[in-house]
Amino acid sequence: MKLNSFKLLLAAAFLSFAVAPSAYSASGGEPNLDADVDLSDKVSLARGAKYYANYCMGCHSLEFSRYNRVAADLGMEEGDIKPLIFTRDDDDKIHKPGALMVNAIRTKDAIRWFGIAPPDLTVIARSRGGGDWLYSYLKGFYRDDTRPFGVNNLYFSNVGMPHVLEELQGVQALEVQDDGKGNITKTLKLVEPGKMGAGEYDQVAKDLTNFLVYVGEPAQLHRTFYGILTLLFLLVLLVLSYFLKKEFWKDIH
Amino acid sequence: MSLLNWIDARFPATKVWNEHIAEYYAPKNFNFFYFFGSLAMLCLVLQIVTGIFLTMHYKPDAEMAFASVEYIMRDVPGGWFIRYMHSTGASMFFIVIYLHMFRGLIYGSFKGPRELVWLIGMLIYLALMAEAFMGYLLPWGQMSFWGAQVIINLFNTIPFIGDVVSTTIRGDFVISDPTLNRFFAFHVVAVPLILVGLVFVHIVALHTVGSNNPDGVDIKKLKDEKGIPLDGIPFHPYYTVKDIVGVVVFLIVFFFIVFFVPEGGGYFIEHANFEPANALKTPEHIAPVWYFTPFYTVLRAVPDPWYGTLAMFAAIAVLFVLPWLDKNPIKSVRYRNKAHLINLTWFAVTFIVLGMLGVMAVTDTLKELGTRGTQIYFLFFAVTYVHSRPQQANYLMWFVILMVSVLFWDFLRYDASFTANQSSLFWQMLLLPAAYLASTLLLPHFVGGANKEKEVPTRVTG
Amino acid sequence: MADTGVDKKRRRFLIGATSAVGAVGVAAIAVPFIGSLTPSARALAAGAPVEVDVSKLELGAMMSVEWQGKVVFVVNRTKEMLAKLPDIVPQLKDPDSDQSIQPPYANNEARAREAEYLVMLGKCTHLGCAPKYRPEVAPADLGADWKGGFYCPCHGSRFDLSGRVFKGAPAGTNMEIPPYYFISDSMILIGENGAAA
Repeated sequence: MKLNSFKLLLAAAFLSFAVAPSAYSASGGEPNLDADVDLSDKVSLARGAKYYANYCMGCHSLEFSRYNRVAADLGMEEGDIKPLIFTRDDDDKIHKPGALMVNAIRTKDAIRWFGIAPPDLTVIARSRGGGDWLYSYLKGFYRDDTRPFGVNNLYFSNVGMPHVLEELQGVQALEVQDDGKGNITKTLKLVEPGKMGAGEYDQVAKDLTNFLVYVGEPAQLHRTFYGILTLLFLLVLLVLSYFLKKEFWKDIH
Repeated sequence: MSLLNWIDARFPATKVWNEHIAEYYAPKNFNFFYFFGSLAMLCLVLQIVTGIFLTMHYKPDAEMAFASVEYIMRDVPGGWFIRYMHSTGASMFFIVIYLHMFRGLIYGSFKGPRELVWLIGMLIYLALMAEAFMGYLLPWGQMSFWGAQVIINLFNTIPFIGDVVSTTIRGDFVISDPTLNRFFAFHVVAVPLILVGLVFVHIVALHTVGSNNPDGVDIKKLKDEKGIPLDGIPFHPYYTVKDIVGVVVFLIVFFFIVFFVPEGGGYFIEHANFEPANALKTPEHIAPVWYFTPFYTVLRAVPDPWYGTLAMFAAIAVLFVLPWLDKNPIKSVRYRNKAHLINLTWFAVTFIVLGMLGVMAVTDTLKELGTRGTQIYFLFFAVTYVHSRPQQANYLMWFVILMVSVLFWDFLRYDASFTANQSSLFWQMLLLPAAYLASTLLLPHFVGGANKEKEVPTRVTG
Repeated sequence: MADTGVDKKRRRFLIGATSAVGAVGVAAIAVPFIGSLTPSARALAAGAPVEVDVSKLELGAMMSVEWQGKVVFVVNRTKEMLAKLPDIVPQLKDPDSDQSIQPPYANNEARAREAEYLVMLGKCTHLGCAPKYRPEVAPADLGADWKGGFYCPCHGSRFDLSGRVFKGAPAGTNMEIPPYYFISDSMILIGENGAAA
């Protein structure tokens, strides 16, 4: 049979199915931790926005989100969000609150430094099916001298970025235990402390996760409210239309 | 002269209203399965209206498409709501259509004189699949891009002209901006026009011969002195009022999804599609959207690319000839023999299983199951033909013929390179088509009760 | 099917009630569709107010800025320019700005909050061209009577240094003043009226 490109593609697809783990969200093979996302905690979201601006936004833009929308949803005044804005527009003016949350990193530079441009993270929470993976990822960095930035991640094998929050969390090491029966357990242990204790850093991870889940879909903050209204309305309409049907169908025997 | 009279003198308004609504006599025993025709029309209207409003903001350009969808979700007032209605509507459309087709299957609505209604319906199904396929490229996510890439590459497998065909469809050597733009043109203009036209013709064809019913009784055979079928009731007000209830129930399900679980568990809006299309990065899993998955499993069940493509299209094409395969004069499953009921049940289960397999990663077990399911899928049509004349059918002969065909297919595909596991699965799962053929062909042969057909009443029952 | 025993009242009530509730539903769902036609966050952001720093604007000079896709002239008027404004009144169509568009605080001779700074849309009220800033007195092409103002090259409309239209000009009204206010002594925000008018 002629070896054509389609056959290769199909073979590749088959192979990828055979090799890939069934849990799509984890690309390190480890099951995710439970992030316990809570979007009603506006204070957590605000902290998450602050951490994001301070630690992540230099490399990772949120190019579909607007500052003033984040401010409004989190219960901030527009004035509160202005300190978080550090990018400038084409006229070299600081971006106004209505601007999109883009950053200044140049793609060519980023590829030179990291091998790949840091992706925009506006909808990362949706592409990862929720906050669990993000939360696990933020807690999953460990020391790995074989890697360019000296770190690896339990939930993202051979991750291409440094552990930006290392100053807060500290340094973890990976312990692998093999009980000889084919069961491998991987645990992370803190070997160098950071500025925060484990509980405090855990909250940072939760705050960032909450924020990213929110920014993935701001509409989710109020869509359930409209949903309840709509379903209640339809229930009323159902009762009425049902009795209307029954009334007319009395004619039919 | 009233306005209505003025219009009627120039346009058959009242005439059409009477002929097709107020004095269209439909059987009075329509059940649950008869909601889905009007619900399908509702879905079409929903998709068109939400689609128009989405088109006001969407940008059909490879550089801007993904961003324009997020623009709709965030910056356009109410945009997220319109988008979710459109994505939910697409999946609901297929749920409704599959139930609508299933109704046709079990009540014999595809049989004479309604063969044309069925054929037009099949054309609508094809157009709907094309519409959904092209629509799915528009968000320009990873799954949009790679799903389209795989399916269009199928055209590559056509001998001699394959490359030219797929390049012409794409407008480029890989899926790119030209592809996106032309899919947009088809999705927004061409196919909706075709769909509306086909639906119109579908209803005209139906009204020409009249509706079937769960008993498969021809209500036109018994009419009163005014020429009105004894078992017929005017569509308006009885079915308008009943369909309204159906619409409200549908909307409850629909809006529950829109407001509470718009992603549909990752099946209505796929998680991978929140990553912008990247021609250099192949996703771990490429699968079409859930409503295509039964046919995707058929495609994957045949290893050869060209024959696999043929098999996939054959799985759809064979549905077209159903009116000429099932020649049993009894329309409704209610009065057919038990073997036919068993046949239909196998088919429904197989179709669902094939669908589920299409979204899962391929393992040895699931691959073999998919192949066996494909065999049963195609066997269904042969068995249906055999069941046309239950008293004259030579069940044993057909069992042997079909069992041999299965074994022949297996002989062709058995590869010396099968691992021990694959080999044992191969033999174990042979039980599946065997059990299928036994329960639909051997059972009616050996157990007389399973072959008995009931007398079709002259009047409809409940 | 018997006609007797049909409760017409109940039918009418149910039809009425269901239709009424249904109509409410239709109206409710129309809201987001119509809403989607209104300006999006992107449009609102693009139309957002513009800050103008006039600290470097020389006396007698004009600068142009863009606001909501329109050109806005900002002129640093000298005392001499302002002194001439009353003299031109007999030559103007609408010296009191009764017909033209301006915020209440610009309904004065200087057509401005603070007389030294003119903030005005750079658009001729005839057919929309951008008038030229001609502050010089009695140039050759504009004649000895010209005391400074704006001259539109398209069809010859003339406006004074407050944007008020001359008699005989094709344009019918004075040039438009947008909403604006002073954030500080040297910073003007164009696009909003500010706290006090």
